[in-house]
Amino acid sequence: MSERARVLALHGGLLVLLLALHFVLPPYHHGNLARIMVLASYAAGYNIVFGYTGLLSLGHALFFAAGMYAMGLSVPHIGTGTALLAGVAAGGIGAILLGLLALRTRGVAFMIVTLMFAQAGYLTILYFGAWTRGDEGFVIARASRMLWGLDLSDAAHRYLAALALFALVLGACLWMVRAPFGRSLIAIRENEPRAAMLGYDTFRLKLAAMAASGAISGAAGAAYALLFGYAGASFASVEYSILPLLWVLLGGAGTVLGPFIGTLFMFYLIDLSSGVTSAYMLIAGIALVLLTLFAPRGLMGTVRARLWRWLP
Amino acid sequence: MSLLRVEGLSKAYDGVRAVHDVTLDVQEGEVRALIGPNGAGKTTLVGMIAGRSFPDAGRIIFDGRDITRLPAHRRTRLGMAYTFQITSIFAGLAVTENVALAARPLLPRTEVRPAVRAALARAGLQEQADMRAGDLSYGHQRLLEIAMGLVQAPRLLILDEPTQGLSEGEIAEFKALVRDLAGQTTILLIEHNMDVVMALAGRVTVLSAGEVLMTGTPAEVRADPGVQAAYLGMP
Amino acid sequence: MDLGPYLLLAILEGAVMASVLALTAVGLSLVFGVMRVVNIAHGEFFMLGAVLAWYVTQMVGGPPSLGFGVALVVAPLIVGAIAVAADMTVLKRLDYDPERTIVATIGLLYIIQQLTLMGYGPEARPVEPPFNTRLALPWFEVRDGALALYWPWGLSTTSYKLAVIGAGIAVLLGVWAMMARSQMGLVMRAVQADRDMALAFGIPVERVYAMVFGLGAALAALAAVLIVPISQAHYLMGADPLLLAFTVVIIGGLGSLPGTVVAAILIGLSDGIISVFFSPTLAKILATLLVALVLVFRPQGLFGVRSA
Repeated sequence: MSERARVLALHGGLLVLLLALHFVLPPYHHGNLARIMVLASYAAGYNIVFGYTGLLSLGHALFFAAGMYAMGLSVPHIGTGTALLAGVAAGGIGAILLGLLALRTRGVAFMIVTLMFAQAGYLTILYFGAWTRGDEGFVIARASRMLWGLDLSDAAHRYLAALALFALVLGACLWMVRAPFGRSLIAIRENEPRAAMLGYDTFRLKLAAMAASGAISGAAGAAYALLFGYAGASFASVEYSILPLLWVLLGGAGTVLGPFIGTLFMFYLIDLSSGVTSAYMLIAGIALVLLTLFAPRGLMGTVRARLWRWLP
Repeated sequence: MSLLRVEGLSKAYDGVRAVHDVTLDVQEGEVRALIGPNGAGKTTLVGMIAGRSFPDAGRIIFDGRDITRLPAHRRTRLGMAYTFQITSIFAGLAVTENVALAARPLLPRTEVRPAVRAALARAGLQEQADMRAGDLSYGHQRLLEIAMGLVQAPRLLILDEPTQGLSEGEIAEFKALVRDLAGQTTILLIEHNMDVVMALAGRVTVLSAGEVLMTGTPAEVRADPGVQAAYLGMP
Repeated sequence: MDLGPYLLLAILEGAVMASVLALTAVGLSLVFGVMRVVNIAHGEFFMLGAVLAWYVTQMVGGPPSLGFGVALVVAPLIVGAIAVAADMTVLKRLDYDPERTIVATIGLLYIIQQLTLMGYGPEARPVEPPFNTRLALPWFEVRDGALALYWPWGLSTTSYKLAVIGAGIAVLLGVWAMMARSQMGLVMRAVQADRDMALAFGIPVERVYAMVFGLGAALAALAAVLIVPISQAHYLMGADPLLLAFTVVIIGGLGSLPGTVVAAILIGLSDGIISVFFSPTLAKILATLLVALVLVFRPQGLFGVRSA
């Protein structure tokens, strides 16, 4: 098989498998998987900046929450389809604005600047509690969760909508990493001064990566609000900036499948442990330390290094 | 006609003069060597020409255009290519991808693949094309640097100490490669191996303590007592 | 109350805040200055100090001053030891790579915080102050063309709060003396200036790093022990000190101790004053934005000098 055929078979195979699972999974896991696909889309968006461009952002909750609130607050006024687009736009525009400032810094300063802006965003949501209902959040009316005749509060429709979003994001990422744009992002990650000397405008490329990443994160946030009918400030907190980092690190930074694999594993790890203790973030903490210490390449990164060199 | 002109270029770091009032004229098609003892300001001067740093005073004119304040990536698009003194490749990527990355900003999409193949052939790296660049031997990494410069088909190719760390045999191959290029491309060669300079350069500019000491043919430079003094550190 | 007495009260509260903040931030700044790493778990070391203070006072019993006195010594020592262990098992193995260290200390943050939740529980618990005399404060007014003192209702502080301010100043002077005068301070400054050179001169850089990391954490724990009689111990209490310490360290100039102290006083005082007039959330929004913008436009801090 050619490399291209192998890549298509693997990633297409995953999508077919997810579709097949729709018909066989018991309700509990069916519901979980729908949520995992939306969160994995968020992680895939994060992976563009962290995994492919090599920029460690600690502020992506800002874009996820921007999408969620743009959708949730506007949907009663402008209708579901437009509100979803508003969510994508909010994530993308937010990322461009943050990028224009944060990309003037590098390394640790970049991490802190993104962290601080996201924290300011979270506090702003709390400050305008009259509209956002703060920590408590708000429920999105069932009437607003109809899209093209699908009732997204119905479990089956919800699963298929989550799958559609995930397939779209997976396809976009696959296309991107094989296109010149994605390759130039990898060049920046590997050796930014060299990329600049070869004629790449690294600032603009990094800004474009932020925009794409923010738009996908915003889309995931908007989809989350739409599919699960709820928006709350906790989705803007630091924890939701750390989680995509954790998922991508676990699954394998800079791999197309990594974000999904990492989200899936971490979701079930936390799900299992929450039966034992309420301190479920302990698992996340331990995983972060162990991954940085012993497996910085993550699961799919290790597969690529040991087994399938062609893995995108 | 002059392709690159540097006028009164100066740069200081923390009050220490690294380059002072340097004027330089490189003609279209020539191979110009830039030599000088360590600390003479070669790296600083070339950094300003390539756009890695900006001068405190003076102008840089490339092909009749003032590029003094132009960022590095725009200079590349005007036809300037730069190979790093310390090998700076994309170690984690394949050799072909390294060269393709160099080609893409300048060539239309359909021409990238043939151009990459041609550049690899010219640098003698066809057999290593699918290897990880970081796994190449040091000499091959230097050749890869040059292939990345070649594929951009630059009007001015700046080679920063290209033979540093190469074996005798590799230096001979390198000389053949540059001779092959001469006439098609203007080359600015920063080099401390005098044999290489004497063999390749049409004219040589000597830098000392941040200033131009002299410019002349290799024979003139070799015979100049001032140059000898600068190298030996005697008055 | 008039504005004047109100302001005096705000300044006193601010000075307590500034004192505790300066200790926490100096700990963070020391770690960044010498080791060039950012410790995101710093707030959790602060929280551990407060929680341990509660445990110690419970175990010791007797008069409040005894338990508190023991806590003042024991809590920073235990926290320092935990930090040293974390440095040797995790940070050292990462070779102090700045980015990976941040990710690992985020992990440590959750580990410490969640283990505290499991062991100590979600309650906020008070620690009794060793002494707590209420001190009424006078204010002046112009009566019949002459200044006269009076005691406005509500204008008061406690002996304990004044002691916290004093203790903060004393510890900071101690840290300064250690850095400037002692052998240990000299070694730390040598490592900070040039790690490779220090190694070449036979300074055990790794041991210095472990010690600095422990000292930074111990300072945060000490600050927490001082504040816990005023604010209670809770497993989530580390977030705000972390954010504020960051603000202070960045505005004061990364790694500069004098800058850090100046910024702590400024921010501690202004936070006290601002939160009297504005909502605390708005104050926090402005503080975080200020930090981010300072990092973007003046990375050397507001008081630092740009170096090459």
